Amino acid sequence: MGSRASRLLREEEIEEIKKETGFSHSQITRLYSRFTSLDKGENGTLSREDFQRIPELAINPLGDRIINAFFPEGEDQVNFRGFMRTLAHFRPIEDNEKNKNPSATEPLNSRTNKLLFAFRLYDLDRDDKISRDELLQVLEKVDVEQKMSIRFLH
Amino acid sequence: LRSLGVFIRQAGTLLFICMILILLHGSRGEIPSKPIAATILPSVKPDGGVQAYPEDQKNNLPMFTMNYPRIQIPFEITLWVLLASFAKIGFHVYHKITIWVPESCLLISIGLIVGAIMHSVHEEPPAVLTSNVFFLYMLPLIVLDFVAVFMQVLWFAVVGTLWNSIGIGISLFAICQIPAFGVQDINLQENLLFSAIISAVDPVAVLNVFEDVSVNEQLYIVVFGECLFNDAVTVVLYNMFSFVAEMPVVEPVDVFIGVARFFIVGLGGMAFGILFGFVAAFTTRFTSKVREIEPLFVFMYSYLAYLVAELFAISSIMAIITCALTMKYYVEENVSQRSCTTIRHVIKMLASISETLIFFFLGVVTITTDHEWNWGYILFTLLFAFVWRGLGILVLTQIINPFRTIPFNMKDQFGLAYGGLRGAVSFALAFTLPDTIGRKQLFVTATIAVILFTVFLQGISIRPLIEFINVRRTNRNLETINVEIHGRLMEHTIAGIEDLCGQWSRFYWKDKFMKFNNRILRKILIRDSRAESSIVALYKKLELQNAMEILDTASGDISAAPSIVSLYEEKKSSSKPQKKFLAADLKNMHDILSKNMYKIRERTVAYRGKHALPNDNHTREILIRRHVSIRRSLRPGSFQSSYFSLPAGKSLESTFPAARRSYADDHETLSEVAYPSQRSRFGKPARSSSSKAMIPLRRLGTLEEVPSTDVLNEDSSSTEQGVFRTNSSYSDSHVPRPRRLNSSFDNNNGSADDLRNVHEEPSSPPPGWAAEPRDNTARNPLLRRPQWTPKRK
Repeated sequence: MGSRASRLLREEEIEEIKKETGFSHSQITRLYSRFTSLDKGENGTLSREDFQRIPELAINPLGDRIINAFFPEGEDQVNFRGFMRTLAHFRPIEDNEKNKNPSATEPLNSRTNKLLFAFRLYDLDRDDKISRDELLQVLEKVDVEQKMSIRFLH
Repeated sequence: LRSLGVFIRQAGTLLFICMILILLHGSRGEIPSKPIAATILPSVKPDGGVQAYPEDQKNNLPMFTMNYPRIQIPFEITLWVLLASFAKIGFHVYHKITIWVPESCLLISIGLIVGAIMHSVHEEPPAVLTSNVFFLYMLPLIVLDFVAVFMQVLWFAVVGTLWNSIGIGISLFAICQIPAFGVQDINLQENLLFSAIISAVDPVAVLNVFEDVSVNEQLYIVVFGECLFNDAVTVVLYNMFSFVAEMPVVEPVDVFIGVARFFIVGLGGMAFGILFGFVAAFTTRFTSKVREIEPLFVFMYSYLAYLVAELFAISSIMAIITCALTMKYYVEENVSQRSCTTIRHVIKMLASISETLIFFFLGVVTITTDHEWNWGYILFTLLFAFVWRGLGILVLTQIINPFRTIPFNMKDQFGLAYGGLRGAVSFALAFTLPDTIGRKQLFVTATIAVILFTVFLQGISIRPLIEFINVRRTNRNLETINVEIHGRLMEHTIAGIEDLCGQWSRFYWKDKFMKFNNRILRKILIRDSRAESSIVALYKKLELQNAMEILDTASGDISAAPSIVSLYEEKKSSSKPQKKFLAADLKNMHDILSKNMYKIRERTVAYRGKHALPNDNHTREILIRRHVSIRRSLRPGSFQSSYFSLPAGKSLESTFPAARRSYADDHETLSEVAYPSQRSRFGKPARSSSSKAMIPLRRLGTLEEVPSTDVLNEDSSSTEQGVFRTNSSYSDSHVPRPRRLNSSFDNNNGSADDLRNVHEEPSSPPPGWAAEPRDNTARNPLLRRPQWTPKRK
């Protein structure tokens, strides 16, 4: 991926991210290199355009929504922490982690949080409700015929 | 049921014990001397006797003669095959048996019984199954069947087998040093050889169980592929070790050469396979005029690959596997659909037969050969086989788990380890042991013991164990549209996230290879290779495949679109979901979904079991989607060659124009999905790029089309199956049919805006997924399209 001028990830940050998201060290470093390779502007954050540059994401019917999920309300840039925070939702559930402390925040990849993430995929206007229109909109996607054929190759 | 299962298991155990007893008896009892060549037909079936009619004294022309020796060998072979196949039929008649007892067990049991009968009457087993026969004929057949390959599988297969054989060999050698067992004369090489033989895993039985229990597909694929590849590794090892075993002295340089040879053999096998695959692909490029012999090419080339590899003593299994893989990719685009089906069927059949026969003979030979039984050696063999496999799996998964996105958990590993049954390959290899090895009989006996033990004990018990420990399963219970919709969305999401994360860098190489492939290889090897032909061809192929399948399965009264709901109901045995939407809406949703969802990238190939042909649900989606998009994008002459699915769709509408003419609007809507295919129950195909060039609305003149419908109209009385058969006469020059007439779409871009238009024009009625069935019953009773009242959303 070439050398990047962006700053390297510091150990403390890795530790923090590990604690927050549960990713392992190697996973974090790998995702970080992916992050930096996506970050064409080399300013340490990703914008929507950076995401849209990913070809497969562009042809994914839910591409826009996925991209939206990374950007919290109103913001246009996402830094690495935010990036990891969203990705953490997709870690497998650790069933054997009983929540000993019910008051502690659930890990990002708990079932509830995953459901929340999925809910937000549907809920475009973020009013915490899925309206009928939103549901139907989800179902009907932009017809991405040409891109789908590329998809076929995979 | 449970009592029956218990009974079966007890019966199996009983049988096993009986078998052991017979074995013991056979080895200690008097053994009749056996001639080398067995030529007497075992008296399993009462045959007509071997006596020829006594000659008349007068030497008249005999009216009735029998010349048994003339047909003897083919006759015997045929009878054996038949007997084995009858056995196979018999199992499936009583389905409950196959649930509890793996088929291989049953086959072996029957073989044992037959062998016992033969032994008691001092008959010889037919010499049909010598190992050479096995290698030359049967082995390639089994192998050619399976074409799913993964890197991890290679890892497990190669390294795992090496680990197993070396481990077992060394520990057995250690055991041999103990004088108590009396096997001190077996040296290291021979031990290694023997261990190479018995480390070949053959989880045929396990695969069946896995499939029944629906374990997660990762596990399935790994077990499956491991079996496939470690056959190759084992054979290589065996050859290597047997060569070494015959050498009196082993020097380090020999070891080094051995290792080098290992690589040569393996890679050489692959190279040969690929070479033959390419040659086959090249040949089939020119076979468009001689479709009938296309399957022949496939078989002959793969067999040739096998034989040539045997000639050079390189891994023939690898050769044939890679040949099959290469052919699958390239040849499948060149040959006709029928050839593909034929090939698939034949391979399945032959593989099934040979597998059956092998196990059958295992049973027979068990009883009828000399056995040399050595308690210590054999028991320790069993023990070590078990132990080393478990250890091997443990270690290997530890190493490979970091590379997997979903690591194997302990249960998976247990499944992997416990699923290590030995089978056919071990059996065959044991028999080809050179006679120079002093303890050959012991090895043979031990091999058979290990095979029988693992197959019976592990095979029967693995099913309850798997269920008990609750190995992670696939979830195949998609019964509602709702589940399906949301499931699809989640898959898209996950696929998107994966792409986001850039997944593995292996895609980099894959991309490179694909570019090379498209630019060079395809031009050479594939007839009519177009830049995008991979998608189109794949699509075409899948479509045809599905068409054929539907042909086989359609009962003729698959009704029209709305009944997709009813189709779902048919499939569901339990209660129907509450339908909150109108049937029309539901259909709307489903079709929107199907039109726009593309094929999700699958990580694993769903293997439906060796008794079923590959039956990819997703490919059906492609079919449906294609139908849908075709209907939307009717236009003259710009279809790619022969989309056989078209006639199906067309025919249905073709009967309409006449009726609909009177109602037709002035606008002909091409983009309308007037007639979702009846096959839409299967899912959602993707669209091909060809439908991009849609011709926007055309005025509906006095309906002049109905031209090429001549072919199709005659089918109006037949089922849709008839449609498919006439597709050969279908020409490209069909004219778009007037579709759904109630809505008018000013659609110039075709695809993309259709749906949007649909919903953006309040004035027009909702897109009909079913055309108003105006007076269709007379024309096509088959197409029972109930009257829709499409409801505006």
